[in-house]
Amino acid sequence: MSTEDNFSDQESQPEQPDRRGFIRGASCFIGAAVGAVPMTAGIRVLIDPIVRKNSESEKAEFIRLAELTELQDGEPMKFAIVENKSDKWSRYTDVPVGAVYLLKRDEKVIAYNTVCPHLGCFVDYRKSENDFFCPCHDSQFNLDGKLTKGVSPRPMDELVVEIRNGVEVWVKFERFKSNTKEKIVI
Amino acid sequence: MHRVKQLYEWLDNRTGVRDHIREVLFENVPGGSRWRYVWGSTLTFALMIQFITGIFLWMGYAPSGQTAWESVYYINYQMTGGHFLRGLHHWTAQVMTVLLVFHLMQVIIDGAYKAPREVNFWFGVILLKLTLALSLTGYLLPWDQKGFWATKVATDIMGGTPIIGEQLKLLVLGGADYGHHTLTRFFALHAGILPVSVIALTVGHIYLFRRHGITPKKPLKGSDEFFWPEQVLKDAVACLAVLVTVLVLHFSFDGAHLDAPADPSTNYPARPDWYFLFLFQFLKYFPGHWEVLGAIVLPSIAMTLIFLMPIIGRSEKGHKFNLGLLFGILVFAGILTYVAVNQDRNNPTYLASKAQAQREAKIIKEMAANGIPPEGALALLQGPKLFAQHCASCHTYGGENGLGNKVTDQSAPDLKGFASRKYLTELLHPKRFNSPEFFGNTAHAKKSKMQGFLEDEFDGIDDDEALRNEMNQIIKALSAEAKLPSQTKMDLNDKADIQAGYELFEEIGCVDCHALGDWNADEYSAPDLTGYGSRGWLMGIVDNPAHERFYGSKNDRMPAFGKDEKLTRKQMEQIVDWLRGQ
Repeated sequence: MSTEDNFSDQESQPEQPDRRGFIRGASCFIGAAVGAVPMTAGIRVLIDPIVRKNSESEKAEFIRLAELTELQDGEPMKFAIVENKSDKWSRYTDVPVGAVYLLKRDEKVIAYNTVCPHLGCFVDYRKSENDFFCPCHDSQFNLDGKLTKGVSPRPMDELVVEIRNGVEVWVKFERFKSNTKEKIVI
Repeated sequence: MHRVKQLYEWLDNRTGVRDHIREVLFENVPGGSRWRYVWGSTLTFALMIQFITGIFLWMGYAPSGQTAWESVYYINYQMTGGHFLRGLHHWTAQVMTVLLVFHLMQVIIDGAYKAPREVNFWFGVILLKLTLALSLTGYLLPWDQKGFWATKVATDIMGGTPIIGEQLKLLVLGGADYGHHTLTRFFALHAGILPVSVIALTVGHIYLFRRHGITPKKPLKGSDEFFWPEQVLKDAVACLAVLVTVLVLHFSFDGAHLDAPADPSTNYPARPDWYFLFLFQFLKYFPGHWEVLGAIVLPSIAMTLIFLMPIIGRSEKGHKFNLGLLFGILVFAGILTYVAVNQDRNNPTYLASKAQAQREAKIIKEMAANGIPPEGALALLQGPKLFAQHCASCHTYGGENGLGNKVTDQSAPDLKGFASRKYLTELLHPKRFNSPEFFGNTAHAKKSKMQGFLEDEFDGIDDDEALRNEMNQIIKALSAEAKLPSQTKMDLNDKADIQAGYELFEEIGCVDCHALGDWNADEYSAPDLTGYGSRGWLMGIVDNPAHERFYGSKNDRMPAFGKDEKLTRKQMEQIVDWLRGQ
């Protein structure tokens, strides 16, 4: 197999340098262009989640979770949030999308999202310690939601509660950005 | 520039990359560059497009009975650029088949398959088969009618293989029936096993090609050249032509086709993709148990002969035989393809089924835009199908039977958009209530007091704004009873109008015949409008329209589908949910 030491010289064939330059340039250009088409087509689809505008960002609505009588004073209870949900092509009715802790204190009800504000793990309620404990990075929160120990940048995320008709507990279920000092709704 | 050179030197020092690049670029081309040498490069290019587009499609594809069609639908119609990506993949596959034939022709005509290139020729033949296998497996993945039925035929043929057929079929389908594992297996083949085999063999193919060099077409056109840059330019231009062809096909055919979801209960004229049509047509000449001859034995003999070409071609006569065989097969396949296409084109049954399938595909895609239930898209189509079967002998849906066929002898109200504001605006117009689209062809047209009432109360509604407003409020109130998913927002925003509508309903005397809120059999003579158009109301009227709550003894021909067990509750729900746009 014959090889040349230099790409640009091929002395056996005396040619106009213009033509050879053109051929070389054209080869590279066309080669790059035809390769770019499938790549670009793919990347356009890949970045769909970034460029897609949510047609209607769904506003959080109040969900009826419990009756006051079901809650025990001073002890958090966990309730699943069941909602209609769409996921790409699918639409589901009544599937669990998250959970909240409801805590009754002197006829007032506090609701916390069960998601740890640090990095999104599911926070447990520990009956023995009477506190909230994140099993991932060991953040501990007291029943006021305040961080007592650990790495979470903010207290547990409190949700808006409404008591309707005197007994019904309604909660506005929202999700928040993780690992920020401020509570930012997503 | 200096820095780039430095980096290149550094890299070469560590890897020896310079020698490899030189080896590739300064391959000797005896007699100089020629257009007839481009086919291998175009195939490599097409393969590269398939790998790139395929991997990106993979990111959106979910192989299972309830998600394959759905995810392909989502890629194709919802994702940014998905339509183009899928079109590129689909049409490159088609073009690749043609390029394979060109490459094979060039190799045989130029004698490039002869010693010492036998092994490379065999690699090529295996690559040809692998590519066809990729086409076959890819055809099924969208799990639409077209792919499903064609693959069913193909796997049934495989099931007819002597001795091992049944086991082979079980193995490929992942069970006795077509389902989740058929898709996962086909997908593993299409995106895993076959591409990896193609890469391995292509590497071998190119290595052997480099080892023996180009087989120059005699007489040589000029003096020898290096591969770079003259032949590279020709190859690049040819690849560009391939890409342009693919793009033209994509835009002329509006991307890749997606039929309605696979449905074993619907007749569909199964046809393989065009490049297998000749084999499909061939089978028509082999009755009964002779099928195995046309499907397996003869194609295997042809394949074996192609495989043996390097041995046969050792003599000049053998080479001529090979040429004859190749062109014989091509002409034969061409004629059979033409006959197959021509027969279909003149077959009214085929054309009708094809058109029906296309109408169904259109309907299902429109419905899927609102989201697909977990049971899959096929469940969505049950509503219109049942409507066409059980309701469309009297009712229409936008003038059609629910599946896109025009209905001319309608004898009961059109039900498209039933209970929506738009629907009621038409229905409750004095000039339209007794038109053929609504009650015009029913017994109610003659006996009903409703027409008279509308004429008394709402005559001249088109020119009288106050009257129009009153009617609109009643319509809003009535329509709100339906709790239509498409009107949730409107119903919430128009609470005042809806309240006013309720009051008008009483004031102007609708309530003399119709109940709205507290129905009882003694007081009301016309259908109860409490929950009018809601799921419960519709289920009730479909269950038994002759119930006192609805038409009672005045019911005109409508069967009691639930009470008389003509439809199951599930089927009734499917019709009702579809009518309500759920």
